Amino acid sequence: MNLDDNDFDLFGVPQRQAQDNRLIDVRWRALQADVHPDRFAADGAAAQRVAMQWAVRVNEAHERLKNPLARAAYLCELHGVAVDAEKNTAMPSEFLVQQLEWREALDSAQALPEVKALALDVARRRDTLLTQIERTLDKLQDYTAAAQQVRALMFVERFSEDIDRRLEELEQ
Amino acid sequence: MALLQISEPGESPDPHQRRIAIGIDLGTTHSLVAAIRNGVAQCLPDSQGQVILPSAVRYFTDTSGELCREVGSDALAGAAHDPGNTIVSAKRFMGRRLADIERHDKLPYEFIDAPSMVHMRTVAGVKSPVEVSAEILAALRQRAEQSLGGDVFGAVITVPAYFDDAQRQATKDAARIAGLNVLRLINEPTAAALAYGLENGSEGLYAVYDLGGGTFDISLLHLHAGVFEVVATGGNSALGGDDFDTMLADWALMQSGMNTVTPQDKRAVLVAARAAKEKLSVADDAILACRLSGGELSVRVDREQFVAMTRQLVARTVTLMRNVLRDAKVHRADVHGVVMVGGSTRMPMVQWAVSEFFGQTPLTNLDPDQVVALGAAIQANQLAGNADGNRVLLLDVIPLSLGIEIMGGLVDRIVPRNSTIPTARAKDFTTYKDGQTALALHVVQGERELVADCRSLARFELRGIPPMAAGAARIRVSFHVDADGLLNVAARELGSGVEASIDVKPSYGLADSDIARMLQEGFQSADADMQARNLRQAKVEAERMLLGVRAALAADGDLLSPAQLNTIGSLVNDLRARAGGDDHAAIDEAVQALSKGTEEFAAERMNRGISRALAGRSVNDI
Repeated sequence: MNLDDNDFDLFGVPQRQAQDNRLIDVRWRALQADVHPDRFAADGAAAQRVAMQWAVRVNEAHERLKNPLARAAYLCELHGVAVDAEKNTAMPSEFLVQQLEWREALDSAQALPEVKALALDVARRRDTLLTQIERTLDKLQDYTAAAQQVRALMFVERFSEDIDRRLEELEQ
Repeated sequence: MALLQISEPGESPDPHQRRIAIGIDLGTTHSLVAAIRNGVAQCLPDSQGQVILPSAVRYFTDTSGELCREVGSDALAGAAHDPGNTIVSAKRFMGRRLADIERHDKLPYEFIDAPSMVHMRTVAGVKSPVEVSAEILAALRQRAEQSLGGDVFGAVITVPAYFDDAQRQATKDAARIAGLNVLRLINEPTAAALAYGLENGSEGLYAVYDLGGGTFDISLLHLHAGVFEVVATGGNSALGGDDFDTMLADWALMQSGMNTVTPQDKRAVLVAARAAKEKLSVADDAILACRLSGGELSVRVDREQFVAMTRQLVARTVTLMRNVLRDAKVHRADVHGVVMVGGSTRMPMVQWAVSEFFGQTPLTNLDPDQVVALGAAIQANQLAGNADGNRVLLLDVIPLSLGIEIMGGLVDRIVPRNSTIPTARAKDFTTYKDGQTALALHVVQGERELVADCRSLARFELRGIPPMAAGAARIRVSFHVDADGLLNVAARELGSGVEASIDVKPSYGLADSDIARMLQEGFQSADADMQARNLRQAKVEAERMLLGVRAALAADGDLLSPAQLNTIGSLVNDLRARAGGDDHAAIDEAVQALSKGTEEFAAERMNRGISRALAGRSVNDI
């Protein structure tokens, strides 16, 4: 067991997209109980520093493993296919059209119910994409195709954040 | 009362003795200190039997012209006639500039704005909120040392969850000046959850609604088997009971057509407003009465009127509750219980708003004034190494996103809010000029898109980058947030492996030279016998260190080469020799030397220990 182990090995979970989120949380708490700097507060500065490194690593792995988008991107990377969203911006045209329609809908929405309906729509699309990604990764093991699907999902996630911001504004 | 244990000079005290660890709630209006006594967390009372220390410091000159200061109720008594020198609610000024303090004109102080932090001019000179807070902390430290019969080893000090980096650093600085070793800064809602959780054996998702004198926090925590995990936190570090007072005072003045003119007027009307507000928590109406320079002010106010005029303040807390649920991605119905913390939650309308929102009666079985200090004491006890079984684990989060300024005055978010701490993120940069050896970064904290709308934390200058062609360098900058929620930055050029030296220019806070000066000046209320105290502490530390190293060598000495063993051996002998003497500085020096000399060994021991634990875990898991 060392700091360089990949997230899945560190947490003792199978290396695949389908995961039991509750198990990940259980493992995370158990790991933190062993490595958190608070555990070594009476042991001096050096011990604290090492504990910090481990605690940071465990938190990093936790963040990545429990977020399906991050997890999928990580799996692609582990198999040598970088997601590299900044470089690979090409998207299928029907996808781009959908994005534009959503954008227009958000911009023209005046009231809370409209935005909430849009949020629901986007959430459904997100779930569909996630199911698709899981199949591409775990069943087909096609990491190149998965990377493309991850990039699409990143668009959707970013838009979802914009919706959240709008909801917050309207709820003030 | 425990018998005071005083060692003869030269006699080393029992190193197996439990370390005295305390928890401190440094509140806007009230401060408390607590410790574990006979296995139970208790708030420590003063000689009058009061556990609450009003967060007030008064600077004055006595009859012989000597500069004096008083802390607590005595100071508060002076507020009416000497408002400019009686500093209350200093917490609201920590890590803040004048422009950050809304309606500072309503306060009776002579503010001095400085780029680093707002200061107040008093008869004892210009004082920073850090110094004022240090006085309060020192008073609590002394109370603890008297009650518990010994030197305080360390303290856990609580801060609002929503406190930013500048406010947290200011709190740590205050503790340093007060002679306190800060074991950890913990968030007030987390401390409260700890006290509640252990008291009630609670499990599940809990909301902590903490409305204090000057700050508001709403935290969502998951409690399970001794693990207290913050899921999300939100709040406003400039919203509290004081604001209710101000609204009521403004209203009363408007009703009567009177004005505040002198600093005495300003203080008087606020004190009267607070008294009326507190009365309205137990009665249907109250009279707001005080003497102003323009005459007597006397206005009747009833509950309905008070609720109406302060409705928007409560509404702001409700909006923040909604936001935090969204951040946590949970529904109100998922919340198992709601804990109310802070004196301001005694207001019936606040209790009503919270019950309404969550659809359940909030838990109030622990005193909302004491619960934070009690939680801090529990954590302090554990961090000091006193807790045997039943360990608790606090997993907290950073409340505000951290980012850096990029082209166009925009913020590039590096660490998102509600990330579990400790955490680290890295970002790669490169140079834009041939031979460029330095890089400047501006770090900000906040949720807005523009740098101008966020709080500036510091400017970092990374130096010592090996000169190369423009764009050839790959500088990895890591942003570390520690368990106190404080930011540290490290940088390395990946190609050459050169560590950049980092020059930090914090936007807020005291310079090291200021702190050194304050430490020198000391406190009038400080120990009479600092020397003896320092010697005692040095000897205790020496004994602990020697025992610790002996145990470490026995367990993992095989990790060391004969040469390494030799080096450590001579450092041990040196310390043992000095510990028998009377020179505390020499002892401290030898302790530092041994600590540094065993650093690498400690790191290897840790690695071995953790690897074992993790490996064992994986093997044992089904």
